[in-house]
Amino acid sequence: MKKEESLKAYKVRLDTALENTFLRTAMDNFAVAYRTSRENAFAGMDVDAMIQEVADIKAHAIKNNEALLEEFTRKAVANGIHVHLADTAEDANRIIGDIAQKTGSKRIVKSKSMTAEETHLNPWLENLGLEVTETDLGEWIVQLRHEGPSHMVMPAIHLSRFQVADLFTDVTGTTQDAEIERLVKVARRQLRKKYIDADMGITGANYAVAGTGTIGIATNEGNARLVSTLPKVHVALIGIEKLLPTIREALSINRVLSKNATGQAITSYVTWITGPSECKPAVGGKREMHIVFLDNGRKKIAADPVFAQVLQCIRCGACANVCPVYRMVGGHQLGYVYIGAIGLITTYFFHGRENARNLVQNCTNCGACKAVCAAGIELPKLIKEIHARIQDEEGHPLKSLLLGKVLKNRKLFHTLLRTAKLAQKPVTGGTPYLRHLPMIFSKEHNFRVLPAIAKVPFRDRFERLNSPLKNPTHKIALFSGCVQDFVYPEQLEAAMKSFARANVSVTFPMGQSCCGLPAQMMGEKDAARDVALQNLAAFENEDVDYIVTLCASCGSHLKNSLPDLVKEYAPEKAAAFAKKIIPFSQFMNKIVGVEPMEGKGRKTAFHSPCHLCRGLGVRQDPKDLINKSGNCYVATLEEETCCGFGGSFSANFPAVSKEILTKKLADVEASGADLLVTECPGCVMQLRGGALKQGRDIQVIHLSELF
Amino acid sequence: MNATADKNWLTREFIENASLISARVYRVQDLASALDKALELCRSKLPCDSQMEPGQKGTDPMPGEKLRVMAAPNLDEADFTKLDKACRESGDVRLIRENLRAYPGGIDMGVTLVDFGIAETGTLVLNSDSEETRLSTMLCETHVAILNEGKIRETALSMADELNDLTGQASSYTAFITGASRTADIERVLALGVHGPLELVILLVEASS
Repeated sequence: MKKEESLKAYKVRLDTALENTFLRTAMDNFAVAYRTSRENAFAGMDVDAMIQEVADIKAHAIKNNEALLEEFTRKAVANGIHVHLADTAEDANRIIGDIAQKTGSKRIVKSKSMTAEETHLNPWLENLGLEVTETDLGEWIVQLRHEGPSHMVMPAIHLSRFQVADLFTDVTGTTQDAEIERLVKVARRQLRKKYIDADMGITGANYAVAGTGTIGIATNEGNARLVSTLPKVHVALIGIEKLLPTIREALSINRVLSKNATGQAITSYVTWITGPSECKPAVGGKREMHIVFLDNGRKKIAADPVFAQVLQCIRCGACANVCPVYRMVGGHQLGYVYIGAIGLITTYFFHGRENARNLVQNCTNCGACKAVCAAGIELPKLIKEIHARIQDEEGHPLKSLLLGKVLKNRKLFHTLLRTAKLAQKPVTGGTPYLRHLPMIFSKEHNFRVLPAIAKVPFRDRFERLNSPLKNPTHKIALFSGCVQDFVYPEQLEAAMKSFARANVSVTFPMGQSCCGLPAQMMGEKDAARDVALQNLAAFENEDVDYIVTLCASCGSHLKNSLPDLVKEYAPEKAAAFAKKIIPFSQFMNKIVGVEPMEGKGRKTAFHSPCHLCRGLGVRQDPKDLINKSGNCYVATLEEETCCGFGGSFSANFPAVSKEILTKKLADVEASGADLLVTECPGCVMQLRGGALKQGRDIQVIHLSELF
Repeated sequence: MNATADKNWLTREFIENASLISARVYRVQDLASALDKALELCRSKLPCDSQMEPGQKGTDPMPGEKLRVMAAPNLDEADFTKLDKACRESGDVRLIRENLRAYPGGIDMGVTLVDFGIAETGTLVLNSDSEETRLSTMLCETHVAILNEGKIRETALSMADELNDLTGQASSYTAFITGASRTADIERVLALGVHGPLELVILLVEASS
């Protein structure tokens, strides 16, 4: 058993990964290439509908899991297959070890199985004195290096050809050149012997079709075919969530799997085994075939109303492919056995909270994973749920507990912010930036210049800025969020001018508080719910058509998460409130319909806040507004990539946050833009502070400040 | 769209998508010309690079023989006899259909009649219940698949019933094959032939034949 890792040790591991130049380049190239490959693979298809279908199929199958397992077992047993049900990982390993011993198997070949990684099958079998050889090239490489896979479908993506050449030189005793084509041939030759000598083959499966008792395995290399054909014994280890009613459902999922995984239309091989198949040297001419179904907590997850959807995962790995943190630090740092966003969640269930505790915090909540998930799993939300659950079980850390307590009490919170304004004077040196960080932040946070708290918050300026209108075109209430209220009131002031020009009447309910997202990000679900209820009360009696916000994170939280948080308290109120929430850009462009104006024609890049493009589905309005402001919108490659802020994420993992930010700014600079516009004060804070610190010639402003 | 135009469209789609994953597709008039083509390809390929060291267990059962080895386990008796005769006459190819396990080092070519094609992905569907059929497509360097144009379906889903029948039999082993064995496990660089065939050739037999 691995020793429990402290958060500090975990951060050291992250730092080491960030310094690994090869890893960084490899991950980066992949992140960029993947986008195009996926887009091409799905070209001309209705991706959303296909993903919805996968989600529906899986959700339905999970509900009927028990019946499907029974049906599969009946069919398979009738066909002459031995079917086992393992309650735990250890049970599965023991069953497979027993099969090996009963059949006198000494040498085992395996094709890649994440489920076998989950149960730590290889070390178990090796302890019994058996020789186990992985036959998937990437998996064999990591096995030889005594590592786990760093990606669910590309296990050795963290390694260079030189590392592989060195490894193969050791294995063969002959010097091997770092030439990929030849290295692949070395594996072909080395592994062929293993297949021939093997007594038993172990595979996983992507599908278990109950109607016919058939398993389906997708591979590119064809290794699962040899593993299930040459040895006299075949054991398939399969999680019970892989059960499906008929081949039709399996084909629907298969149509999405490889497209989403690597941008391939289909894997080179999909093998459907009803078995036991012909095996000439075996007694009776048929292979001895076993299927071990693994529960290992899955039944419990299936019965959990919040987490059941985790089992919809088809193991495509796409959530890692698009994750900004994965891109910086690689899979070994962003997973335990299971990698990526889904790994942050399943580690808790399959490998315990001690292995999930640090991981689950390493998420910017950017939502890229959810947007790409083949099975429509609400990954960011579930990551936060796990975070909250772990804190509930282990006790909340003081920092998050305090934050929760403070946020619950708006007056206390705002008083603290006002006091902070005074306390910061010595450190800001009279400029609007904190030159030296107060001691609550350590040196590693110094990667961006942090702004100071404004002299007068927006809430104290509102009355002066607002002039009541007789016949307004629209009536809105403004939700400011804490950052704009107390740090960037000028962004709201700019918006007020635009509202006045458009004859829009504005109210600002003083009872409004933090949106609650920071509390949720820190696993303080109770506090998040409390402030949600306070905000509902604050806006309850406002007679307005819209609630406009200039903070995409607040907007997305209020529209998407708030109703869920208070569903047992005020579902109707929450629905009515959420319906009115609209981001500034959409309101000005679609509802008000501002006219184009003359401007400086500056080349302007847009940073699309995660919570705007993915959270609220708003993509075009800000770009239209940039052009309408008399400037010239220029596209950037990483427009929708997270800036690395992520609220408490940037405070918890500053080193990772800094690298994500640098990537972002370099991309903007490469576009030739000297003005960078965004629609979230958090992003402004990160990007402006980073541009200043790095001395880049990029001005960062909020969209409202263009007008 | 009339039936002929529809068929042509499916064939074109199939060829296009199979070519995308670097399968070589040739259209032939009938099975006889398909087998001629296979023999021609076998004779012109580089000799098999045996994966086993000399003297290792299970090396070539005919040591010292310089002939290329072609396996065609799922041809019917008459076609096998015809092809066997042609191979013998060529003087450099030996045709087999049994005991593929005796060739762990690999064979030059596996020739199989495949059951279906799937246009959407350029995929072949092969009933591989027989161990010899299976091994002939795994141990060969070149897999030559012979597909009747009339057996091309639009998508895998559109032939779910046929697939259900194929996989519904006890002992069934059904393979979807799309291109050659491939990997991108080292630096995501595509390499063919990591375990199975180095190349896939599809011989499309025209529907009228």
